[in-house]
Amino acid sequence: MGFDAAFEKKKKLNSVGTRPLRPDGVEKVTGKARYGADFNMPGQLVGRILRSPHAHAKIKKIDTTKAEKLKGVKAVITAKDLPDLTDGNSDLYDVLDNCMAREKALYDGHAVAAVAAIDAATARKALKLIKVDYKILPHVTDVDEAADAKAPLVREGVFTTGVDPKPAKPSNITNRSQYGHGDVEGGMAEADFIVGRTFKTEQTHQGYIEPHACVASVNSDGNAELWVCTQGHFVYRQNCADLLGMDASKLRVTSSEIGGGFGGKTHVWSEPVALALSRKAGRPVKLVMSREEVFRASGPTSATSIDVRIGAKKDGTVTAAEATLRYTCGPYPGMWAELGAMTAFAPYDFANVKTVGYEVLVNRPKVAAYRAPSAPMAAFAVESAVDELAGKIGMDPVKFRIKNAAKEGSRASYGPVYGPIGIGPTLEAAKKHPHMKAPLGKNQGRGMACGFWFNFGGQTCSNINIGEDGTVNLAVGTVDVGGSRASLSLVAAEELGVPYEQIKAVIGDTGTLGHNDMTDGSRGTFSSSLATISAARNAISIMKERAAKMWDIPVEHVEWENGHAVAKGKKYGNLPKLSVKDIAAKAGRTGGPIAGHSELVADGAGVSFATHICDIEVDPQTGATKVLRYTVIQDAGKAVHPTYVEGQYQGGAAQGIGWALNEEYIYGKDGRLQNPGFLDYRIPVCSDLPMIDTQILEIPNPNHPYGVRGVGETSIVPPLAAIANAVSNAVDARMTHIPMSPPRILKALETEAAE
Amino acid sequence: MSGIAVSTTINGDEVEYLCQADETLLDVLRDRLEMTGTKEGCGTGDCGACSVMVDGRLVCSCLVLGAEVQGSTIETIEGMADGADLHPLQQKFIEHAALQCGVCTPGFLIAAKDLLERNPNPTEEEIRFGLAGNLCRCTGYDKIVRAVQDAAQEMKG
Repeated sequence: MGFDAAFEKKKKLNSVGTRPLRPDGVEKVTGKARYGADFNMPGQLVGRILRSPHAHAKIKKIDTTKAEKLKGVKAVITAKDLPDLTDGNSDLYDVLDNCMAREKALYDGHAVAAVAAIDAATARKALKLIKVDYKILPHVTDVDEAADAKAPLVREGVFTTGVDPKPAKPSNITNRSQYGHGDVEGGMAEADFIVGRTFKTEQTHQGYIEPHACVASVNSDGNAELWVCTQGHFVYRQNCADLLGMDASKLRVTSSEIGGGFGGKTHVWSEPVALALSRKAGRPVKLVMSREEVFRASGPTSATSIDVRIGAKKDGTVTAAEATLRYTCGPYPGMWAELGAMTAFAPYDFANVKTVGYEVLVNRPKVAAYRAPSAPMAAFAVESAVDELAGKIGMDPVKFRIKNAAKEGSRASYGPVYGPIGIGPTLEAAKKHPHMKAPLGKNQGRGMACGFWFNFGGQTCSNINIGEDGTVNLAVGTVDVGGSRASLSLVAAEELGVPYEQIKAVIGDTGTLGHNDMTDGSRGTFSSSLATISAARNAISIMKERAAKMWDIPVEHVEWENGHAVAKGKKYGNLPKLSVKDIAAKAGRTGGPIAGHSELVADGAGVSFATHICDIEVDPQTGATKVLRYTVIQDAGKAVHPTYVEGQYQGGAAQGIGWALNEEYIYGKDGRLQNPGFLDYRIPVCSDLPMIDTQILEIPNPNHPYGVRGVGETSIVPPLAAIANAVSNAVDARMTHIPMSPPRILKALETEAAE
Repeated sequence: MSGIAVSTTINGDEVEYLCQADETLLDVLRDRLEMTGTKEGCGTGDCGACSVMVDGRLVCSCLVLGAEVQGSTIETIEGMADGADLHPLQQKFIEHAALQCGVCTPGFLIAAKDLLERNPNPTEEEIRFGLAGNLCRCTGYDKIVRAVQDAAQEMKG
């Protein structure tokens, strides 16, 4: 479905681009909305998971006898109750092993057993009665230490793929990936200035306020239900069915309201465990993670170590750029470094560019996607080096970026040739923004940085059902993580030509719609709007047929205008137009219920770019920082509901600010996580932040009728670098380690003073 | 296993329940009284999602025992609207899109109502520090602060 320029030129959009109230607002401000933990079933048991206290240990024996004998305990399970049905599918095996450790506990927090009991107190007691005999093994949690040839091996028999010849010895590096074009060494030889540095970022968590929660009920006849907070109930259904040997059709999964996900609720953890407990106990089981479990066993993003080298001529032309990126994956292979390698130089049009990514196994929880996964760390390294290089040349950092920015027709560093893109316009907007000219005080610095995210499309299925009274139900299969029911209702209203209030959008369960991929990759509004447009157009074509029947005229003479069927031509032009309500009222006599369906692969998600500007004040005595001002400029393609687009920009920026300044997983020498709670893992609070200004640019995506691009993720990509550049400018020392917590800033100040 | 008998007033209604000594007020509200509008985000008093009023004091209900509130008056999110009429804060949260996922919203509304009752004319800084005990991961707080500012204006009439 291509971009329809008529929408722009004739200003034909009536609903899309407006800012109505969200349809789920009242439920959410009155406490009625039901999230993962807000649902109960008759006869429900409480599930609890026993987790490894060791970073790396062989599980010699698990004795559950005492726990099973405790009064009120209805089921105890270990890996034996989740037999391996993965049939050589190693990715699925890793998911299974992560849900319940099989031979080894691979991180502090790894599930080893679970119980279902009549209440929480009994379940807690039962966990204490389970005896696990561990043989503790050497562990490694740091990315650079794990990548070293002498490191303890997290998994046996891992030989790095992507290198030729195959390495002679196993290691913790699962894969090497490479992207780029041109001749980097040749380009470096032409450079007048070269900047080369190594950067590190620590592991962070998505930090959704709602812990993972589900209620599972498995019947003896093989039918089952799962209520769960997830970003993708269809994918959860297939994963759970595969792991438990069930028919997907018999497992009905309903997605609850979701209390934040940011990528962290795209992976199953406790759901297969809850189903296995229910299967064994023959009763429904509710399993809710504690916050400590969320930190120790779900999420997080990669910790990284990145080398960057960029060379440029005196006139500011970059001649070559390269980056080597090492990303932790947790104890299972991933493609996190590869995503970093793909995104690192994406905003730029460099003649010679090369990136290499190494996936590194460590004894930490399995890495999960976190909002534009892997891009923020790569952008931190690259955008810091770009800023430093501009400084060396003596060029303004915005002008330096504009000179080297990618544009339509540029070959991206990760391969494809760009269509119309927003990096140039966001930089031009930054150049003109009043924020850039505002005065700065003592100990204050300004920084800016750019960011990129691919955006995804994927499998999508939506239904539009017209009621007998002419009101409209829109059923979508992409979970609403932050207001998409409002934006998709706007799209349905736009196409049908009816008021927004006439549409009621719901998220269909897995029994009511065809497969839908996750709400990830910023795809929710992009892909489901394509399916909604297509479903609405199908419903319109049916309504035109029905109107033709009602009028008894050929359907070729019926047009759809502003929510009405209109008869066209001299012969029929006098017939009074028919509304959706008029047509729906007669549906029983003109062919039955009226519905429009759509099933599609939403190809053509337009890439997304942003430029952020921020001002930071540093207290030179304590190293404490204060964010004084923050501006987000991002291309939305077309903002369907601009208020919620702003919300995505602001929310991503705030998460990035937390990552840049405070948030990190801190491991002890024993490999145990020392800060699994919101007190010691400190996400930004209201008093930490200023207002976050936003500027929405609209460079239409040529693959969407209204020009829509995904907007959810790109906003977290620039903040790490923008803040690092601001702090570096404030303290006149290059910051190379995220988060820039007070001790790290003090150290940088001391090093600078010593020099 | 006998329970501790507790009589309270919740959102104006007299409520009696039995609970165990180690059960929190949050557990009682959610699991015994099926008032799931109050949310659990951490269970350690760090996120504010379980904020309720006990005898006029803003508390994290995960840090209060169910047995402690004998004779107390409790206000939760379920009692904030006057029947079908939303409280101005509830209305302004919707109008300003001060919620995305909405799971922190009940706690923010309880805390913001308490803030405006104590200080009907807060500065932006007073709002930011007044709500610093409530975590939101979606919004970056910008629209929450604006909603509270707007509600304060409206409540002044």
